[in-house]
Amino acid sequence: MDQQSLTYLFVGLSFALYIGIAIWSRVGSTREFYVAGRGVHPILNGMATAADWMSAASFISMAGIIAFAGYDGSVYLMGWTGGFVLLALLLAPYLRKFGKFTVPEFIGERYYSDAARLVAVLCLVFISFTYVAGQMRGVGIVFSRFLEVDIDTGVLIGMGIVFLYAVMGGMKGITYTQVAQYCVLIFAYTVPALFISIMMTGNPVPQLGLGATLSDGSGMSVLEKLDGTLVDLGFAAYTVGAKSTIDVFAITAALMLGTAGLPHVIVRFFTVPKASDARISAGWALVFIALLYTTAPAVGAFARMNYIDSLNEKTYAETPDWMKNWETLGLIGWADKNGDGRIQVRAGVPFEGAPAFDDTARGPSGERVVTNTPTANAAELYIDRDIMVLANPEIAGLPDWVVALVAAGCLAAALSTAAGLLLVISTAVSHDLLKRTWMPDITDYQELRAARLAAGVAIIVAGYLGINPPGFVAEVVAFAFGLAAASLFPAILMGIFVKSMNREGAIAGMLAGLFFTAAYIVWFKFISPETNTAANWLFGISPEGIGFVGTLVNVAVAFTVARFTAPPPAEVGELVEAIRVPSGAGGAHHH
Amino acid sequence: MAAQNTGNGAYWREHLKLLGILLVIWFTVSFGAGILFAEPLNQFHLFGFKLGFWFAQQGSIFVFVALIFVYAALMRRLDKKHGVED
Repeated sequence: MDQQSLTYLFVGLSFALYIGIAIWSRVGSTREFYVAGRGVHPILNGMATAADWMSAASFISMAGIIAFAGYDGSVYLMGWTGGFVLLALLLAPYLRKFGKFTVPEFIGERYYSDAARLVAVLCLVFISFTYVAGQMRGVGIVFSRFLEVDIDTGVLIGMGIVFLYAVMGGMKGITYTQVAQYCVLIFAYTVPALFISIMMTGNPVPQLGLGATLSDGSGMSVLEKLDGTLVDLGFAAYTVGAKSTIDVFAITAALMLGTAGLPHVIVRFFTVPKASDARISAGWALVFIALLYTTAPAVGAFARMNYIDSLNEKTYAETPDWMKNWETLGLIGWADKNGDGRIQVRAGVPFEGAPAFDDTARGPSGERVVTNTPTANAAELYIDRDIMVLANPEIAGLPDWVVALVAAGCLAAALSTAAGLLLVISTAVSHDLLKRTWMPDITDYQELRAARLAAGVAIIVAGYLGINPPGFVAEVVAFAFGLAAASLFPAILMGIFVKSMNREGAIAGMLAGLFFTAAYIVWFKFISPETNTAANWLFGISPEGIGFVGTLVNVAVAFTVARFTAPPPAEVGELVEAIRVPSGAGGAHHH
Repeated sequence: MAAQNTGNGAYWREHLKLLGILLVIWFTVSFGAGILFAEPLNQFHLFGFKLGFWFAQQGSIFVFVALIFVYAALMRRLDKKHGVED
């Protein structure tokens, strides 16, 4: 079978599995729709959380970012895993004990205030839509690269699948599809990594392969050779960073705090039977996440080395097919600036912006003609970072079925995250806005219908954003984490650990953190992007890391305001006492 | 209720102490070894990695996983000791 048919087969089989699960897990009550009846086994919830958390960005982009950023890529590795320690120790078990359905619901009750709940809903909807647009785009890109349909059709197919299992099965459907999706995506990620690790070092475990000696007879370790090669070509060494220490610190902290404050991750822990299960389940979630996250740095380093070896100083005719395939898609571009007929991989950008091509004729070596203004340096090759994981099996010459598997894995990563996000958006609308704020008298059945309707509308909006992506999708990811870190995380944390924190303090803190962080990001990313350099940053912290400062602003404002306003009522003290101990949590229900 | 509250006071204090210890470890392996002291640690080697780089890209993640399981196990014991298990 050719690669195209294999890809259709793998993607088709995985989709059939998801639809089968959707039909099996139809639900009939809001309790099942919102929290899967609270009967999910902690290990299964760990897998579902891992799939929920690892998005198209984790699957496709992260290894590529690490490949090009080396040590600086560590901010994502530590930031996106360290947050789970905070979640497990500081948030998840207490929120599970609280025993309600949503994150805004906790903030509303703990701070005895509809206003606090509405602020939380606002943060939640903004964070989640930001995220979901990127997922739908990811689905479209995979379809267009591997299945040769156009991006818009790909987005529509993805929407259809998510619609089926999210609207029918709610959290229950999403949970069990996420478990299946985790298995698909981790298999798809680790199999090529394992093959490449054996080829390069003889060690089948990529985590060890990254530190091992190369089997090319040079006697050098992977990282030594990479450091040496990169420095020779004018790049920074792989194992040493270029970012300032304070910026690396702040970005890591903002990603950790933001991870712990992301609503679609937190609600996954509402689905386990007990508070103690929430603790252990977070541990399992991190085990399943770590499998991919410790493989990614190996994939990144191998990919960087392979692509330099196979392209640098080669003539166009000598380059492998994958280079021409990605060049056709416009994700690789070569401008032979010195006219020697060979590709020079060097530090710096080869020309201004992403490549634009003039396809009326081919260049002297047969390459597509790049029309961008060339830069003064010696670099000649443009390569899109996102293709590293997708191209890796081809670069390493792995069989066609591995390439097909990667396509299915990538779709699993994007769909599972999209579904989790859409669920928290629909729940915020049907439960926090309708049931708790505007129409408290609706029955459970009506609320369930509203939840399904809201999920349907959210999918349509997400699909629209996927087909017509706002130009700033990449920029707003910093937004999602920064805002979660500066608004939701401190509000929840203080709600559990600071009994004297009151309504006024929490609302003032959330708003201050939110506006400070949003203003900083909007200023440097949209209003005045030309000043977005280290010299102009507050304390040398980039917009990606400013959420960390926003968290501190939130806490400082909250404590100051709370000191001068009335303490919370006695019932709130009892509520806090109750969530601090695991005994007496709401009952479970077996599937 | 009142009796249970005094019990919870001791439970909560022990719990906070455990949280403090675990979070110090969490901070030390990531922000400490992986970021602030990565450069001096890079002089040492482990499994072919520079040590600071290893903490930043692998070591901290392994420790994070261990921390959560240790927390879950010790809390189970603490819950039992104070009779507040679920």
